[in-house]
Amino acid sequence: MSMNLHPLIEWLAAGLLLISAFFLLVGAIGLAKLPDFFMRLHAPTKAATLGVGGILLASMVLQAAQGRVGLMELLITLFVFVTAPVSANLMAQAALHLGVASQAPTPKDAIPEHRTP
Amino acid sequence: MTIGILTLALDISVGAVSLAMVLCLWRLVRGPQSIDRVLAVDTLYLNTVALVLLLGIRLDTHLLFEAALIVAMLGFAATVAMARYLSRGDVIE
Repeated sequence: MSMNLHPLIEWLAAGLLLISAFFLLVGAIGLAKLPDFFMRLHAPTKAATLGVGGILLASMVLQAAQGRVGLMELLITLFVFVTAPVSANLMAQAALHLGVASQAPTPKDAIPEHRTP
Repeated sequence: MTIGILTLALDISVGAVSLAMVLCLWRLVRGPQSIDRVLAVDTLYLNTVALVLLLGIRLDTHLLFEAALIVAMLGFAATVAMARYLSRGDVIE
């Protein structure tokens, strides 16, 4: 990093990086500590996605300060934000199909195969 | 020589993301069911993307951002394939 940045930009990027690292850590702690799968699904799919988005935002701020447009960062942000809910939904469907135990009461028609038309 | 605030923040972030990856690995090893392991691998992929991006900011290079995009795409494909395999029995019907 051989750039001469305005201190304000530097503080902004540093703050964004620290916030996103905190969210990534919170997501992983939730993944490790929460008691059942459906609770565990919530922690990484939302917090970790926000964390990656924050890091990309910090990178875009740094690129903009150097007079470049962070097109690659925008592409990665879009990709991560579009695919995270899709993969979470597929994993939840697989868990429902496998009959993974849940601590909350699950209604019978939550499982697609058991649904009556 | 003083360490810039940005370098310090990058170092702390790399430490936090590495700790997050260790926690994901713990869930990957322990996970009582196969779907827990799929979720752990998905989170591990996301943390890898974050780590590669932090390295890209640190080294000020654009090459690593493309690597991060490839890691993100492979991670999504892997998660979809594994979830489909668990729920349908095969990946492509």
